[in-house]
Amino acid sequence: MDRYLNIDQAGMIFETRKGAFTALRDINLTIQKGEFVTLIGHSGCGKSTLLNLIAGLSTPTSGYLFLSERQITGPGPDRGVVFQNHSLLPWLTCFENIHLAVERVFAEKESKAQLRERTQKALEMVGLTQAADKRPHEISGGMKQRVGIARALAMEPKVLLMDEPFGALDALTRARLQDELMRIVAATGSTVVMVTHDVDEAVLLADRVVMMTNGPAATIGEILSIDLPRPRERLAMASEPRYLAARKAVLEFLYQKQLKAA
Amino acid sequence: MMTATISATPDPVDTSPEKTAASAVVPHPAAPTRNAAAEQAAANLRIAVRRRREIAARIAAPLLGLLVFLTIWFAVSQMGSIPGPAKTWEAAKVVFSDPFYKNGPNDQGIGWKIGGSLSRVAMGFGLAALIGIPLGFIIGRFLFMRNMAEPVISLLRPVSPLAWLPIGLLVFKGADPAAIWTIFISSIWPMVINTAVGVQRIPQDYLNVARVLKLSEWKVFSKILFPAVLPYMLTGVRLAIGVAWLVIVAAEMLTGGVGLGFWVWDEWNNLKVENIIIAIFVIGIIGLLLEYSLLLLARRWQYD
Ligand SMILES: Nc1ncnc2c1ncn2[C@@H]1O[C@H](COP(=O)(O)OP(=O)(O)OP(=O)(O)O)[C@@H](O)[C@H]1O
Ligand SMILES: [Mg+2]
Repeated sequence: MDRYLNIDQAGMIFETRKGAFTALRDINLTIQKGEFVTLIGHSGCGKSTLLNLIAGLSTPTSGYLFLSERQITGPGPDRGVVFQNHSLLPWLTCFENIHLAVERVFAEKESKAQLRERTQKALEMVGLTQAADKRPHEISGGMKQRVGIARALAMEPKVLLMDEPFGALDALTRARLQDELMRIVAATGSTVVMVTHDVDEAVLLADRVVMMTNGPAATIGEILSIDLPRPRERLAMASEPRYLAARKAVLEFLYQKQLKAA
Repeated sequence: MMTATISATPDPVDTSPEKTAASAVVPHPAAPTRNAAAEQAAANLRIAVRRRREIAARIAAPLLGLLVFLTIWFAVSQMGSIPGPAKTWEAAKVVFSDPFYKNGPNDQGIGWKIGGSLSRVAMGFGLAALIGIPLGFIIGRFLFMRNMAEPVISLLRPVSPLAWLPIGLLVFKGADPAAIWTIFISSIWPMVINTAVGVQRIPQDYLNVARVLKLSEWKVFSKILFPAVLPYMLTGVRLAIGVAWLVIVAAEMLTGGVGLGFWVWDEWNNLKVENIIIAIFVIGIIGLLLEYSLLLLARRWQYD
């Protein structure tokens, strides 16, 4: 089995004012190259914490993470991150926001014109060519999220990490962006880890759905493979038995086995 | 007026809601575009009329305020101790008739006085910015430096500006450097503090972007740190200029030389009160202009 991204016994303990808080324990997960994995779990269970570990924005207090057999010790442009709240720099235009990332990754090997072309292509891919010279506050929430995705994709990262990228969007925009993402991922063959709290999104997009138990000391509860052919049509899925079964399995995990003890 | 038909050119004065409502519901298939154009024109007119009224109100209120001020001034002047608006106006015409004369070192035109005060402020404030802004960045970025600087700043900041003047006179052995020193030390704090606060308030998200991209230190500074802090910095600069302009007048009263502050003191000794009032207006207007131009500058760097 191709162990592209490998998480080995990872755990995360935060030091808080009230003492140590175990957020994650015993996380073991292997992700193949080109695989699309969604992470789902109740709010506060530790999805972002796990994603940040993969991104290298924080280091695990126990265990190890590897990307193509090399240990992850810090963040780097080989892992493109789409943040929960887009995190575009407000003083740069959409073009400049993406260009900053493109420059960082390719400036040594390519000419200025090539860099600009890359940026332009990334904008094109998310359908925002006309918004190139707009500042983030001049465009809609969905467009911002698309620029964030374009920025991450333009770096041609080994792994694309997304933390609830469509969480703040309305259902229609969300559906459109999901379709767009599936198209882009199919075209680029990216490896993707995506956090979501939306069951349909988790099942529709994923090759595997990773379900997390409730915190504290959350870990992986179940992993469900989604053996549906791609491209997946949203409408066809609504009556596809395998899709419905997968959806039901995730719902059962979340609302029976991990019922939020509130 | 209420009988106006829909397709006719709309009466520009009649902006009643009934009419627009009527034109909206009556079907008019023959000339729908023209109808829409007419409505558009009517709406434009309404907006224009409203805007004109708003502008009038915005100009009228300040004018009224100034009028009230002049009336009170006039009433007070009738009691005898200070000159009224008319007398001050006559004196001002004399003062401004020859703004750049020079009769020896201590008797120079209003232009030189303003220039003298402004150049002291520029020197003191410029030095303060040169040192205060980088200091703010360092204090904001490094916790250790912050903890080091905090007690000193908290101790020195509340000191009344003029208390620094004797120190300046002692150390620099001159009136002008002492005044500049006083400006420096009293205007540096807003810039240090606002810059430091700005650095601390940079959203973690932006810094995470920098970390994920592994940007070079220079790129982090030029693309993230500096633009994120700029609005805070400019607020600090604006506050600092305000303080500097307040302090210079007081400092010059004590140190002498060519400047607005010493002019006030001089005219007090000559008992030419109308010139003191002119000085007050000049000081106020220049302070206003400084503040306003910095506000305009700050607005250019607002991101949303
Ligand atoms: N820096 C930190 N210090 C202390 N505790 C933290 C820290 N970051 C996260 N936690 C705790 O770890 C747990 C998991 O947080 P995390 O943000 O990963 O949850 P999540 O699954 O992403 O939730 P959501 O779906 O609401 O985004 C929470 O209980 C949170 O309070
Ligand atoms: Mg989260």
